Amino acid sequence: MIILDHVCKTFVGTDGQVEALKDVSLTVPDGDIYGIIGMSGAGKSTLVRTVNLLEKPTSGSVLVDGVDMTKLSPAELRKKRREITMIFQSFNLLMQKNCLKNVCFPLELAGMKSREAKAKALELLELVGLKDKASAYPAQLSGGQQQRVAIARALATEPKVLLCDEATSALDPGTTHSILELIRDINAKLGITVLIITHQMSVVESICRHVAILDQGSVAETGEVSEVFSNPQSRAARSLVFPEGDIDELFRELRENEHLIRVVFDGSQATSEPLIAHMAVEKGIEASIIYASMREIGGKTYGSVLLGINGGRTTVDEAIDYLTRKENVSAREVRPHVQ
Amino acid sequence: MFNELFSSEAWAEALPVIRGQFLLATWETLYVTVLSTFFAILIGLPLGIVLVAGDEKGIRPLPKWIIKTLNVIINILRSVPFLILMILVFPLTRVIVGTTVGTAATIVPLVIAAFPFIARLAETSLREVNPNSIEMAQSLGASPMQIIRKVMLPESVPLLISNATTAITTILGYTAMSGIIGGGGLGKIAINYGYYRYRYVIMFAAVILLVVLVQIFQSVGNKLAAASDKRLRS
Repeated sequence: MIILDHVCKTFVGTDGQVEALKDVSLTVPDGDIYGIIGMSGAGKSTLVRTVNLLEKPTSGSVLVDGVDMTKLSPAELRKKRREITMIFQSFNLLMQKNCLKNVCFPLELAGMKSREAKAKALELLELVGLKDKASAYPAQLSGGQQQRVAIARALATEPKVLLCDEATSALDPGTTHSILELIRDINAKLGITVLIITHQMSVVESICRHVAILDQGSVAETGEVSEVFSNPQSRAARSLVFPEGDIDELFRELRENEHLIRVVFDGSQATSEPLIAHMAVEKGIEASIIYASMREIGGKTYGSVLLGINGGRTTVDEAIDYLTRKENVSAREVRPHVQ
Repeated sequence: MFNELFSSEAWAEALPVIRGQFLLATWETLYVTVLSTFFAILIGLPLGIVLVAGDEKGIRPLPKWIIKTLNVIINILRSVPFLILMILVFPLTRVIVGTTVGTAATIVPLVIAAFPFIARLAETSLREVNPNSIEMAQSLGASPMQIIRKVMLPESVPLLISNATTAITTILGYTAMSGIIGGGGLGKIAINYGYYRYRYVIMFAAVILLVVLVQIFQSVGNKLAAASDKRLRS
């Protein structure tokens, strides 16, 4: 289990102080795939680096399996880091070493004999599907292949935690998908806790169980992915879930007496009924669709629709009541965010 | 000066010297150059590593005054003209070699002139190592020493080789100057037989030989650097 407890990080630069992390507290359960999402500059990369103490928190503590990372001596910290390995956006392979040697690298650091290290590295390259590239150099590989080698390297010391820092941001969608599949496999097979930093909504949606939304150095919202995505509370979460438009902008454009209702439904079961048409016929409530999307979250299809309803309080309540009575559908009014 | 090159008398005069002395002189130049470069790297490379690793933002920051002192020493040694430096280090040369004249004696001032230059070259080479690679190594629990040995040095090998080539050709140029204080080699021939005795054919021959040596060092160095760079194998 990873526990970040009131972690703050302030950088002192030439032009004053920058608060990269402001009182961040998070708990990542063992074996979870936990996503941390935020816009660029939200402090994601700093946050993930506090876990293995590449960034030392200005205050607060970082507990990994009960060990306070901030209290370790340099030598203890180096040993502990073998349990918390990391993959990067730019893969960071050693360009002058071939794939096998790259995977051997952490084993050599740990003092393993060269022959044993090579045998182990070959097994790992097989796991990531690149056994035939053992003697190739990174420059000869595609981005996706390089990231696979980096994953094999990260797994070499049999870590308990895998930190992924924008690991798919430099890859095309197809490759991203296959790398995420690999990470999911590793999580399932080896039970490694995975902490994923990304700015890509789709990454969190496709493999994370829990998510924390980071906004300007603070945690805006945490929870299960399906919960947070179907029902975003914070402003930061909303702007991520509605990337197409600023929700507050929508409110400014609403006509008088128009209200917004957000309907979320389990796509696999609720899509057989023409819901909005029925509502119009049965209740006489007319709704216009302002925004709609389908997403796959944790293997399930979710649809979300933003409806504009013209009418008074009672009409809105009636509509919500009507919609929520349907199975696998939830509806709630979306109100302008009060800051 | 140049018309002598077309006079058969001048050639007749020069040929015995070229035949009799050039082989030994070339050998002396080569061994002084290679030995001086070797010792200069022995001192300069670790110094370059210290400058990079011990930097404020390096992997093993050292107290600022140490880095500042090293920088000042390097800058001073690099700004003293080689001819003056040779004379200044006479006492040290006498302690180490036992004499201040002769071929072996020139190695001491050559090393002292070259190691600060090599330290700077090593410093710039090592600073080129991708900081992400260093961060990666740290994330895997590498100690500062391991980062130096297993990341910084191996990753900068191609650049280190091409900078070592620059160094060895520069040192070759210095060896020619050491002829003035009694060092052997092609420089001595060019000055003593050629310049002082107005036998310009000998002087030019020696210079041409030096140029050829520099060319050889440079092209071998370039080839080695390219061959060692695994980034180019795509």
